[in-house]
Amino acid sequence: MDGLTPDLLVLQLFTGLALGAIYVLLALGMSLLFGMLTVVNFAHGAFYMLGAYAGLVLLGMGFNFWACLIIAPIIVGSLGMLCERFLIRHLYGRGIDYPLLLTFGLSYVLVELVRIFFGTSGYPVDTPDILQGASDIWIGYFPTYRLFVIGVAVVVLTALWLFLERTPYGLIIRAGARDPQIVRILGIDVARVWLVVFGIGTGLAALAGLLAAPLQGTSPEMGSTILAESFVVTVVGGMGSLVGAVVAGLLVGVVVAMTSLFAPEMAQVAIFALMAVVLLVRPQGFFGRAGLMS
Amino acid sequence: MLKLEKLQAWYGRSHILQGIDLEVNKGELVCLIGRNGAGKTTTLRAVMGLTSRAEGRVVFDGQDILKLPTHRRNGLGLGYVPEERRIVPGMSVRDNLRLGLLASHHTAREADVIAEIAETFPRLAERLDQDATTMSGGEQQMLAIARAMVSKPKLLMLDEPSEGIMPVLVDEMFALFARLRDGGTTILLVEQNVELALGIADRAYIMDQGEIVYQADAKALLADAEIQERYCSV
Ligand SMILES: Nc1ncnc2c1ncn2[C@@H]1O[C@H](COP(=O)(O)OP(=O)(O)O)[C@@H](O)[C@H]1O
Ligand SMILES: [Mg+2]
Repeated sequence: MDGLTPDLLVLQLFTGLALGAIYVLLALGMSLLFGMLTVVNFAHGAFYMLGAYAGLVLLGMGFNFWACLIIAPIIVGSLGMLCERFLIRHLYGRGIDYPLLLTFGLSYVLVELVRIFFGTSGYPVDTPDILQGASDIWIGYFPTYRLFVIGVAVVVLTALWLFLERTPYGLIIRAGARDPQIVRILGIDVARVWLVVFGIGTGLAALAGLLAAPLQGTSPEMGSTILAESFVVTVVGGMGSLVGAVVAGLLVGVVVAMTSLFAPEMAQVAIFALMAVVLLVRPQGFFGRAGLMS
Repeated sequence: MLKLEKLQAWYGRSHILQGIDLEVNKGELVCLIGRNGAGKTTTLRAVMGLTSRAEGRVVFDGQDILKLPTHRRNGLGLGYVPEERRIVPGMSVRDNLRLGLLASHHTAREADVIAEIAETFPRLAERLDQDATTMSGGEQQMLAIARAMVSKPKLLMLDEPSEGIMPVLVDEMFALFARLRDGGTTILLVEQNVELALGIADRAYIMDQGEIVYQADAKALLADAEIQERYCSV
């Protein structure tokens, strides 16, 4: 293998981390929704796609990229909250398959709506000027925008951690995930908490989609491939575990990047091979609680 | 303060409560006893809105609350310590207590509450930052009671608080209930520990097969071995 220097490997590692950062943002939301609401959200990929299109529209209206990073997740998160309030809420406590089927259908509706309004072909999204080109990261040059994606994920993770661990609302969310009934008994309206959690989860998916847009453009179907991949991440990390989502997200990103270096055609397969191995050794995933589904 | 009129309740298709009439007056400590499976827990759960279906009337402070969601009932001043205690695992004693304060209708300040806890429950005050589920059963029960008390409920409902707890602590706990009642908290106490419960209660109801079968002054019932034998012996 000519030219396979340690520096190249490290650069590829960074590529993997940037890809992993997108997975992490998606899987965090998915895990949050599953851990708290036992909703397996099949529409998560659609919200990811909507994040990219919301960004596209906002950019078209003259907002700059930074504003889009804030506004697009808020818009899509609000839409997610509407879906929770008017569709999904009625299915809580009826078993896992009801919300699963509903979100599965919802994803088709959302994708079709985007096809109707924006057409079936995709759009490119420009990388903001300041993030174009490459930066010197000591061992070599690395695309600035990918560094930025990693940075955003770090900031979001920190903010989410502080929110969950250090605020009263976070305390309610954590307690509600363990035992919603006692939270109600203590006087707290759990339904409102779940609404907020749904907003956060779908907002994170939208942020991931918007961050991915300059790398790969937008298309109505962009959410479907990545949905499968983030399911793998969620399962490998342990359904419902936020730490698991982070660790597994980065791991899957790195595995994809490294496989692409040696055998590009194997990259997709590698993800599922990884999942198979992890599930054989540890069926509940890295950080999952055993018997969560029973 | 609390008045149940022909209260019926169901879990799914099973009809558990057959029409309960029960009253707890302000300042009273009323005790609800009866064999396992009589429907005591279900009665408390129905008052909190935790059965799948309920009919009849649950009047609290003059208002029929039968259709209110559980969290609103707490907001009106109903405190409930469930049988299984339901300490949130993986959380400290302090966080479990804070949970009792976080509902928007509670306005007490955390620092004040912790200071009060230190007086009433010195054991908990020493363990504020410990993982709550690593404490002994008795300490966890104290925490469950303290958590229900931090919002200063008008009526406190306790479901078998002495179950599985060391006798020394049980005496301490019953002394606490008597003190709380004397301090103005109205209490509805479900107990298997009949003698101790009747010892501190003002009045008592006995349940059997989803119905109230007997009610009396606590002292009179304590002296009536025959009735106790008939409805409460296992
Ligand atoms: N979740 C439930 N689903 C169906 N039946 C229940 C449930 N909980 C209790 N029961 C039944 O209701 C009856 C009363 O139970 P419970 O109120 O717990 O009695 P107690 O607290 O007096 O021991 C029992 O026959 C019990 O089997
Ligand atoms: Mg019981």
